[in-house]
Amino acid sequence: MSNRRAFDTELNELKHDILRMASLVERSIFNALEALLKQDPLIARDVITGDDAIDRMRYETENRCIRLIATQQPMARDLRVIVTGIKILINLERMGDHAEDIARAAMCVCGRMPAKPLEKIPRMAQLVQRMVKDGLDAYVHGDVEKARQMCLMDDDVDEIYNLTFQDLITYMEENPHTIPCVVYLLMVARSLERLADRATNIGEEVIYLVTGEWKELN
Amino acid sequence: MIRDLSLHYGDLQALIHINMDVPERRITALIGPSGCGKSTFLRVLNRMNDLIEGVRVSGEVLLDGQNIVGPEVDVVQLRKRVGMVFQRPNPFPMSVYDNVAYGPRIHGLKNKQRLDEIVERSLRDAALWEEVRHRLFRSALGLSGGQQQRLCIARLLAVEPDVLLMDEPSSALDPISTLKIEELLQELKKDYTIIIVTHNMQQAARVSDITAFFLSGEVVESGVTDTLFTKPTDKRTEDYITGRFG
Repeated sequence: MSNRRAFDTELNELKHDILRMASLVERSIFNALEALLKQDPLIARDVITGDDAIDRMRYETENRCIRLIATQQPMARDLRVIVTGIKILINLERMGDHAEDIARAAMCVCGRMPAKPLEKIPRMAQLVQRMVKDGLDAYVHGDVEKARQMCLMDDDVDEIYNLTFQDLITYMEENPHTIPCVVYLLMVARSLERLADRATNIGEEVIYLVTGEWKELN
Repeated sequence: MIRDLSLHYGDLQALIHINMDVPERRITALIGPSGCGKSTFLRVLNRMNDLIEGVRVSGEVLLDGQNIVGPEVDVVQLRKRVGMVFQRPNPFPMSVYDNVAYGPRIHGLKNKQRLDEIVERSLRDAALWEEVRHRLFRSALGLSGGQQQRLCIARLLAVEPDVLLMDEPSSALDPISTLKIEELLQELKKDYTIIIVTHNMQQAARVSDITAFFLSGEVVESGVTDTLFTKPTDKRTEDYITGRFG
């Protein structure tokens, strides 16, 4: 039996806080893409206002981590749980910002976006959402293999990003009057590409948490 | 260098086949729960266990190639080379000066000027000179606990040892005195090989280069301190340093 029941409880609560924040971020990403694809400004507005709650959770949970370091002098795995916790929080908070960027782009193009260029987005979006989900699953279960597999998907995202970027440029060249609108999709594609990078960071944190080894995976 | 060291108190085996390298001019910390053998191990290194009846030691402890647990060793000479600081400061009931000059005098030194030099150098090396230079000839018992412990270290340094053994040297001291001792250790390791037993995990992590984890008379794991405290290989080490042992 553990001699540190109070500390163990704190570590469990920390993990729950991180997962609560993660589910907010996942929903925020989903809604931002929904707002874009359905061109629904109300959903976009909810994502934008909802980002404050995500930011607040980051700072509250980060403070909990700092307090645990100061009061419990964690070592070994405990230390890794807290340090990776802080880094995952930072990545989640940034992911929330990317979702907000997508929602802002959605606001700007609502009702004006031609259907054709918009078709380029869902495939990339699906892949990125899958990475985020797998990254968080890997964190919940301490699953190193899942984290590794997820990080490999970042190459696919980068490839689709490059293709999408080119397609959108070509589309704008052919339809110059759509530039003021379609240019926002370039920003959305960029946000998705960054979201995949953040998911990869979380995967690397999971691997460090479990094995104690740093692996740059993408 | 320790090879296959075992120690029995009568029928009880207190150290079981210890193999370990203690690097020169580094600080090696020994950690482990009470009764795990770390203090017994420390005492083997300057033959303090010789005083206890029924103790049998086997294996080798090599200091510059000489097996110091062998029967032919001159224990007095050994203790000059391998000095020990204890948990509670134990200055002799005499002046600060006489405490430090005690060892060199025992070893036959009488020259007043030479003794003065040794006392000043030892007190300086123990980071105590500035605090006691004006009260060298007053009783050492009037010093604070932290000062007394540094005096005990100065008393060791006066006989120019190679190895310093420290058995929880700051466990009876307040936090500031503890930090002074820890700072001092960092200075001393430039010239001495130091082995320290500590119950304070943070102290082991802060001050040492190498850490060995003892459990039930065995070394479970020993290695570079940074690694041992962030990524121990043995589950028992992990449980102990994270406070989940037992």
